[in-house]
Amino acid sequence: MRNKQLYLTVCMVFLFPAFMFGGTISGTTTYRETDTPMKQKVIDMSKEPTCAKQHTTPVMTETVVTGPNFALANVVVYVSAGAPDEGAVPTQAVSYEQKGCQYIPHVLVMHVSQPIKITNADQTSHNIHPMPKVNAEWNKSQPIGAPPIDAKFDKEEFIPVKCNIHPWMHGYFVVLKTSHYAVSKDDGSFSLPDLPPGNYTITAWHEKYGKLTQELTITGNESKSIKFAFKATQY
Amino acid sequence: MRINHKIMFISMIVLSLGSGYAWAQNSGIASGYPTPNDGLNPSAQKGHGIYLRYCYGCHGLQGNGNGENAQWLDPKPRDFTTGAFKCRSTPTGTLPVDSDLIHTLERGVWTSGMPSWRPLSGQNRQDLVAYIKTFSPRWQTEQPGEPITIPPETEVTMDSITHGHQIFEKLECWKCHGMEGRGDGPSADTLTDSKEQPIRPYNFADATNSSRFKCGETNEDVYRIFMTGLDGTPMPSFADQLQPNDAWDLVHFLRTLQVHRRSKENDVLKAAGGKIPATPASSALLPSALPSHSEALESGNQESRRQ
Repeated sequence: MRNKQLYLTVCMVFLFPAFMFGGTISGTTTYRETDTPMKQKVIDMSKEPTCAKQHTTPVMTETVVTGPNFALANVVVYVSAGAPDEGAVPTQAVSYEQKGCQYIPHVLVMHVSQPIKITNADQTSHNIHPMPKVNAEWNKSQPIGAPPIDAKFDKEEFIPVKCNIHPWMHGYFVVLKTSHYAVSKDDGSFSLPDLPPGNYTITAWHEKYGKLTQELTITGNESKSIKFAFKATQY
Repeated sequence: MRINHKIMFISMIVLSLGSGYAWAQNSGIASGYPTPNDGLNPSAQKGHGIYLRYCYGCHGLQGNGNGENAQWLDPKPRDFTTGAFKCRSTPTGTLPVDSDLIHTLERGVWTSGMPSWRPLSGQNRQDLVAYIKTFSPRWQTEQPGEPITIPPETEVTMDSITHGHQIFEKLECWKCHGMEGRGDGPSADTLTDSKEQPIRPYNFADATNSSRFKCGETNEDVYRIFMTGLDGTPMPSFADQLQPNDAWDLVHFLRTLQVHRRSKENDVLKAAGGKIPATPASSALLPSALPSHSEALESGNQESRRQ
């Protein structure tokens, strides 16, 4: 009897912090089981030998990255409505690396006005060319060994980024007006923790397959699970 | 009273010429079109009238570059709705100042469908600029950038040209422009602008280009082009990489790529024997982590052999 009480007390002590931090929405992003998603192609880096030699296995394009059980990776899942505020602008910069003539990560999510630090780890110059429509478009060269480029975007937008010198390099800057976001992993999983109670609209965005939304309510500290199944096309 | 027909004839000519001149002054060449009443400030309203007369056929009624003529044009007309302009004196990513837009109207854009609009009076040009600014909301929330400072040009010497050549290699301009600036670098074939339209890099050696660039023709214009970048195109800004003296050296070297143009730079090069040495006679070598010039040249040659 005493052991049981002790056990329950210990459990409460450890679980108490969870009561402070709010609910969690987690789940997976997938494509529909009847769909055939776009095949990824091998990138030919022969025009840039300094990058080609860094890769021992073929490098694939990253427009549609899939995983086991119809998983869809690189989907940005975020709270598009229902959060009490936009969240404070983080002072910590997010980093975007050019390595092996690829953008790491392929999709970089950040808060509006959050600083970005762009680095070039390659033995070739790159030019960083974000192509927004609402934010300001700019284009800067970053030669070998150049210092990091600092940037930020002040309006919410999904911004394609490319390097003109290396036409296979494509990425995205996703600028959001919320701190509650996640990018789905290779197995399609994502998690949005620390959600205060509220009626939320959760949006999932994929660079090729568009947006899906779902609405849920968080009342306390529960964990809710949702699934986004995108309509995937081959082309 | 006897009428002096000669005096009457001459004075009638003078009167009609005079009043015609006065009438023309008032309206520039933009006459006969009513000024639309669209709630804009008076200058932009007049600009709207001029735009409807001269511009919307290419640039479109919404100013997005999708006028009815646009389908036959390459490069496409400027889309004013994003606030990105090629020819600026302000840093990349910033709005141009008024004089940048007026200079573009005066020059036209070489090798494109945009002609020179010099026949428009000064007031017409200003009214047009006021109207162009209504197409993008950025003009309401942002200030134009601070025009870059262009220090006085340095002397054209063989050292300056040689150093410029080293910079051209180090910054890898040749990847798009090619080793001889002929627009045939390894990346040239795959270049696309921000609307995903194919675009070629500038060919310095093309005789028909002679001394003209899309955004000017003087040494100062060249300086401005690579220090501010051409927004909307693959041409980036190199402002973070170049000190002013280095930038002038690069300008001097680039002029030697324009082999068909008579220039001080080409004269200096010719007087020195016509060949650019690997290192300047007096200054130290640029530190470089790059492959050597010959390796870079070889990879460029391999590329052209593949084609």
